[in-house]
Parts: sequence; structure tokens; C-alpha cells
Amino acid sequence: MEGVYNYVLSFVLKLYCKPPLPAPPSPSGAHLHWHLHQEEHVCMLFKIVFCCPRISVTFVDKDGDEKHINVPIGMSMLEAAHENDIELEGACEGSLACSTCHVIVMDTEYYNKLEDPTDEENDMLDLAFGLTETSRLGCQVIASPELDGIRLALPAATRNFAVDGYKPKPH
Amino acid sequence: MAIYKAAKLLSRSFSSLSSRPLRVCVVGSGPAGFYTAEKMLKAHEEAEVDILDRLPMPFGLVRSGVAPDHPETKIVTNQFTRVAQNERCSFFGNVSLGSSVSLSELRDMYHVVVLAYGAESDRVLGISGEELAGIHSAREFVWWYNGHPDCSNMAPDLKSVDTAVILGQGNVTLDIARVLLRPTTELAKTDIASHALSALEESSIRKVYLVGRRGPVQAACTAKELREVLGIKDLYVHIDEDDLRTTPADEEELKNNRIRRRIHELLSKAAISGTSHPSPGQREIHFVFFRKPDKFIGSDERSGHVAGVRLEKTILKESVHPGKQAAEGTGQYEDLECGLVLKSIGYKSVLVDGLPFDLQKGVVPNYRGRVLSCASEDLAQVEEGLYVCGWLKRGPTGIIATNLYCAEETEHPHLPWQSQAGRQGLQQLLDSRNVRAVPFSAWEKIDNEEKQRASLRSKPREKLTRWEELLEVAAK
Repeated sequence: MEGVYNYVLSFVLKLYCKPPLPAPPSPSGAHLHWHLHQEEHVCMLFKIVFCCPRISVTFVDKDGDEKHINVPIGMSMLEAAHENDIELEGACEGSLACSTCHVIVMDTEYYNKLEDPTDEENDMLDLAFGLTETSRLGCQVIASPELDGIRLALPAATRNFAVDGYKPKPH
Repeated sequence: MAIYKAAKLLSRSFSSLSSRPLRVCVVGSGPAGFYTAEKMLKAHEEAEVDILDRLPMPFGLVRSGVAPDHPETKIVTNQFTRVAQNERCSFFGNVSLGSSVSLSELRDMYHVVVLAYGAESDRVLGISGEELAGIHSAREFVWWYNGHPDCSNMAPDLKSVDTAVILGQGNVTLDIARVLLRPTTELAKTDIASHALSALEESSIRKVYLVGRRGPVQAACTAKELREVLGIKDLYVHIDEDDLRTTPADEEELKNNRIRRRIHELLSKAAISGTSHPSPGQREIHFVFFRKPDKFIGSDERSGHVAGVRLEKTILKESVHPGKQAAEGTGQYEDLECGLVLKSIGYKSVLVDGLPFDLQKGVVPNYRGRVLSCASEDLAQVEEGLYVCGWLKRGPTGIIATNLYCAEETEHPHLPWQSQAGRQGLQQLLDSRNVRAVPFSAWEKIDNEEKQRASLRSKPREKLTRWEELLEVAAK
């Protein structure tokens, strides 16, 4: 019974949570491992069964202030921002028709975990203000386990208003 | 913490004791107006914002400019609706700056007046034949198919011509090209004005030429719109491969410009992947580069009507703006036959009495949105309490989101203010002049009526396009 429980638990844990603490070295291996981390395992199982699995996301606003939130797996960063009163605009409400939910993924490691943007997303990113190498649209970044700990910066407003790249002379 | 709370309470009771809310008037209810209103409401807890528009309905170019086949771009009206429904915000439709109320009257009644009325006029080419029938500004054509009440009677002739020429290669050009070339069965499912749909169903236009003075590298359109046009079903696309060759100056322009690079890529792909000839009856789109219009040619059969445009070949030279190239005529000409010409070369703002205006740039002189009373930068004087936002401030470029940042940049007043008449004063003035302002709730009646009329066909709405009809429904 313990063996089956162990197998199911480790399968589920691999899907949704950070790996449990490494087992201390011991001659009786698996048994000891299970007993030593029982509480932690039960805690995580409780979380999986009774709450939505969530990842932690940090939003950094243009003044550098950080806000840490928990985002359910499957929710977009735009939705998550709105649920947590983070000032991320979403003019087209996630229909890939604007660039107002533009966010900057602060760590390249996390940026590389995301699926490449589609042509449609790239078309909108073309128009985003303060575009960077690790920019994405917040409505297209969906919470998944490997994005746990991701940090997203809100771009600062810039003076370059024109779509065609023309910089108007300051008055 | 307690001291902070006490101080906040004190300052709040001060302002409510004096009952001097910041009274803001925004003229224009497009994106610039609404983003300004939203930011004002957020930044000042006591602010009361009134949004005026000369039309009975709000939203400016979101309603009358965005193409009918771009419904997702119009979703932003949900956000604007929430702003208008804020208890500290009031919409006054059918109120025109200049005729219903003057600028000086508004400045007397409000602490802050923000002019965000956009650009309702057009740049002109200034070439011979521009007055011929069959030549329209893109702005009017777009207003026509979007059901703007000022252009519902325009009736452009689409039946006696098979070729249209659009001068300019920005997104408005591509919008018009799509409307002229898309199968009407697709357009029938959009909120296009029904008079335009009928005209397009009977249209004989089969060829559309998009003519630009400069090359593909300089074309002002963006990827999404270009991709859509190139993807129209059963459309013959013609782009001359020679035009796509880039010079070192072009490469320099492309280097730091992601939009331009992706446009060039799209055009290059389309140039090589298309068939060499159109099949019989197939609709055609031609991208014509390095040609500037020299004059319009009148028709021999139809007096006073355009029959073609004479184009002068151009080459690119370095312009006064660093990193930009300008088109220069070569003295070589060719004629392009057509029966419909649309000038999509830029919008222009309209002057208003008492408002400083830079005729050359077509904008109100300003510093970060604060209106300056003299065009010369050396002797500028700030007009207290008067601001501009949007196209009136920056010129007619940018997307809806551009106004987000434009509104943010507009500086807020910091000085204490005297009590002002505000909303009450305006209402009294309008009543005394028999001006029937249309409140937001009345626009909602128009909105519901449009949706109801469309419910029998598969359109999102059937726009009301006549002034009398709009005001009638609003008054119900």
C-alpha cells in the first residue's frame, strides 16, 4: 500500500510541485525517505486535492516596487494582474488586438521556457512601447509549473509615441 | 501610522468642507479623451470629469475609424464605458466646441480643460485636378463605410469603375483596400454601415493600386494589417521584386526597426510566392512604390470626373531628418488609369476660436500637453488650465494605445483652485442655448437599438447613420 501511495504521490508531485527535499543517505532508502518527509508530502497532497495548484509570480512596476502573487495554473498573467489589482492595461481583453498588456520577462531562463510567440503575438509586440528582447504579451503567458518564480516587469512609458519609428522633437 | 491617517482625514475633510472638487472638461471622447478622463478620475479622488463630443455617441475613431473587420480592436470601448459610468464622470454628446459652447466659456467653468478632439480634416496634395469627382480623402471614405453621420450621404461611385488608386501606404490604406476587395459575404457579418455594404455588393472595382512615394522599407503600414490583405482569399497580389532591393541607407533604416524588417519580409515573401498573372475575373492588388502623384487626369467621356493619375518616378535621397530618406522626382512620368482615387496621406486637426495653432505642423503648440500661447519656442507662455492630448497634441500618428502614454504625460495642476461652476454651469449654459446634450444613458439606448436591429442578420450591430435618427433614438 505504501509503495502504491509512494508511486502515485511522486508522480503527482512531479507534475505540480517543487521536488521534495532530498532524502538523507540511509541503508533502508525509500522507507526512511517516506517517513521523514511524511508531513511535507501530506501538506502538498492536501494542497493539490483541495486547492488549485498555483505558482508564485512577482510583478515589478515601473518604479521598481514588487508585488508577489500566487497564480493558478492555466491563468494568464493579464488575468492574474487584474485579480490582484496590478496596473496592467488590457485594452482588447486578451484577443491579440493590442499591445497594452506588454510585460518584460526579467530572467532569460524563464523567457526561454515560454513557447515562441505566434505571428499574431509578434505583430502586436511590434507596436509595444519599450520593447525588449524578453518582452511578451501578458495575455499570452499562461501559468504553468515550470514558470514558478517568474518575475515580470511592467515597461516604463517612453516618449517615442509614433508607430513608424519617427521620434517627434520635444517641444 | 495614526498620524498619517489623521493627516489624510484632515485634508479630505478640508476639501469636502470647501466642496471644491477639481472640475475637468475633456473635449473629445475618443481614446485620448477617455484615457485622460480615466487618469484624472484616478489621480484626483475628488475630481469630476465631463466629456464632451459633438456627436451623439462616444468613442471617436474607435467607432468611426477602426475597420469593420477588426472587432477585437473595438473591445477597448468596454473599458471606456466603465469610465463613463463612473459616478464622477458625465458624458455630454451632441455638444460642439465652437457652436454649442466656446473655449473661453469652458475655461471659465472648469479648472482644467483638455482638448482631445483629434484631427477631422485632411492634408491636401495641392496638385492639379484634385477637385475632380471620384477623388475622396481616406478619412471621408472610412467615415462613410463606418456610418459616420457626416458622410452617410457621400455615395462614392463604385459601379462605373473597375480600378481604384489609393495614395499612401499606411494602415488606413490597407483598411480601405480590404474593404474594397474582401468578399462582401464576409463584410456582411461585420458592423459595416448598410449603405456601404449595398454599394460594395454592386461594386465593379476589381483592381486596387496602393501607391507610395518611397519604397517598401519606408511604408508606414504594420504587419497585422499587411498580413490580412495578403491573405485575402483568391486575390492576385502584385509586388515588383526590383522594388524590394535595399540600399545601404535602407539597411540602416531596417537595422533598428523591428516593424520595418517584418514588413519587408512579408512583402518579399509575397513578391516571390504569387502567380505571375491574375486569372480571369480575379481581384487584384498592386503595390506601387517610388511614385508620387503629379496631377489628376480628367475624363473625356465624363466631364469633371477623374480618369487617371499621372505619377512621377522617384528616387530616395537623404532628408533633413537624420536616418530618414525623402523622395525626389526624376522627371519620368507614367499614367495610371482609374475611376476612384482615395488620398490616404494623413489627417489634419481643425482650428478652434481662441486656441493657439501651429498651421505648419497642424497641431496645437504645447509642452508635455500644456498649451503654449505662442508658436515660437523662445517666447512661449503656458495657458493655465488648458491642455491637449492625442492627435491634436502629437499629430495624427500612432495607435489607440499611444494615447495611454500621451494622457499619462499630460501634467496635472498642482496649485490650489477656486470654486468653479463645472457641470452645473455647463448644463445651464446649454439649456439657455437649447442645446440638447446626449448623456451616456442615451448613447446606451442608441447602442441597444443598433444591436437589436442587427439581431436578425448575423452582424454585431446595425449602425444608425443619420443625425436625425441618432438624436431621435437618444431622446426616447
